[in-house]
Amino acid sequence: MNYLAFGVAAWIFCVGVYGAIVSRNLIHLALCLTVTQSSTYVLLLAIGYKHHAGAPIFKGVKLGTPAVDPVVQSLTLTDIVVSVTVVALVLALAVVAHEHSGTVDPDELASMEG
Amino acid sequence: MIIATIAPLQAVALILCALAATAVALCLNPLRQIVLSGIYGLILTITFVTLQAPDVALSMLVVTTVAYPLVVLAAIGRTRRKQK
Amino acid sequence: MRDRHNVRGLLALPAVGGLGALLAWGFSGMPPFGSFHGFYGQLLNAIALPQRHTTNVVTAIVFDYRGFDTMGEEFILFAAVVGVVILMRGDNEQPTMLQRTDRVHSDAIRFFGVTMIGVGVLVGLWLAAFGLVTPGGGFQGGVAIASGIVVLFLSIGYPAWSKLAREEALDPFEGIGAGTYVAVGLAALISGAPFLHNLLGPGTPGTLWSGGSMAIINWGVAMEVAAANLLLYSEFLQRYLGPKE
Repeated sequence: MNYLAFGVAAWIFCVGVYGAIVSRNLIHLALCLTVTQSSTYVLLLAIGYKHHAGAPIFKGVKLGTPAVDPVVQSLTLTDIVVSVTVVALVLALAVVAHEHSGTVDPDELASMEG
Repeated sequence: MIIATIAPLQAVALILCALAATAVALCLNPLRQIVLSGIYGLILTITFVTLQAPDVALSMLVVTTVAYPLVVLAAIGRTRRKQK
Repeated sequence: MRDRHNVRGLLALPAVGGLGALLAWGFSGMPPFGSFHGFYGQLLNAIALPQRHTTNVVTAIVFDYRGFDTMGEEFILFAAVVGVVILMRGDNEQPTMLQRTDRVHSDAIRFFGVTMIGVGVLVGLWLAAFGLVTPGGGFQGGVAIASGIVVLFLSIGYPAWSKLAREEALDPFEGIGAGTYVAVGLAALISGAPFLHNLLGPGTPGTLWSGGSMAIINWGVAMEVAAANLLLYSEFLQRYLGPKE
C-alpha cells in the first residue's frame, strides 16, 4: 500500500511505451505518448503528498496548517497545458504525412523514402 | 480544507487510473481511443483532487475535455478521407 | 506484414517488462507514500503569504519563485504553435464551398451554444483573474477561455467561427501575452533589480490585486494561452473542413 502510487505510475509508463511500440497508426501513437506523459504527473504528485495535509491554498485557512508540497504541483500544471500544443504538433505532422503519402501507418511511411 | 485519512479513496482512484491507461494504450481504433482518453482524463482529474492538488486538477479538466478531443478528432477526420 | 507486427509485439514485451522491473526497483528505494519531508516546499508554504501576499502558493511559485521556468514553458507553447501554423499552411487560402455553407441546422443547439459561449468565457476569465487567491491561474483560465470560444464553431457553424478566429486577430494577442512576460522582466532589469523582480509592491492578500507584478504576468499568460489554443483550433479546423482532395 505504501508503494501503490509509484507502482501505478510505473505501470502507466510501461503501458504507454508498449502501446507506442506496437502502434500502427500515428494518431494512436500520439495518444499513447500522452498516456506516458500522464504517468509522470501521477508520479510527481505522489512524491509530494503528505498524510493528513491539505491543499497548498491558504484562503480562509490558518497559516501553518500542514499542506502538501506545492513545487511539484507547479511543475505539473504548466506541463499539462504545454503538452497539448506539443501533441498538436505531432498530429499536424501526421496530417501532413498523410497528405503526402496517403497512409498514417508508421511502417509504411518509413519505407517510402526517396 | 483538511480531509483526514482518505487513503481508500486514493487507492481506488489510482487503480482506476491504471485500468483506464491500459485501455487507452491498447485500443487500436483512434476514434474509440479518444473517447477512452477523455474518460482517462476525468479519472486523472479525480485522482489529482484526492492527492490534494486542485490547480493541477483544474488544468487537466479543461485540457482533457476540450483541447485534446478537438485536435485529435480534427486530425482523424482529415486522415480518414483518402484512406478508403 | 501481419507477422512483422506480431513479432514486434512479442519482442517488445520483455523489453518493456525489463523497463518496468527497473522502474519498480528504483521506486522501491523511495520514501514511502505520504512522508515527504522536502524542506523547500514547506518553507514556501510558510512564507508565500506574508512575503508575496498571495494565498495560492502554487501560483506564486509558477509566476514568482520559479518565474523564469514559466517563461521558458510559455515559449515552448509559442514555438509549438508557430510550428503547427507553418506545417498546416496550405496554398489555397480561399474559403471552399464546404467552408462557406457549413451551418448547424438545429435551433436548439444554436441557442444553447450561444448561451454557453458567454458562460464559458466568463468562467475562464474568473479562473484567470482569481488565480492568485484560489485555485486557478493564467494557464487554466486561458484554456477555458479558448474552449468557451470554440463552442462558436461547434454550435453555429464554420463561417461565424472563421470571422472571429482569424489569424490576423489572434496573432497580436499571442504576441502581446508573450511579450508582457519579457517586458515585466526587462522593466525590473532596467531599474537595477534582478530580472522579473516585483516592482509594484506586494498588494493586498485575498483580492484581485495581490502579488504585484505577478497579476500582470498572470493576465499576460492567460491571453497568450487562450490565443495560442484558438490559433491551434483554427488551423486544425480549417484543414478539417477544407479540402485539398
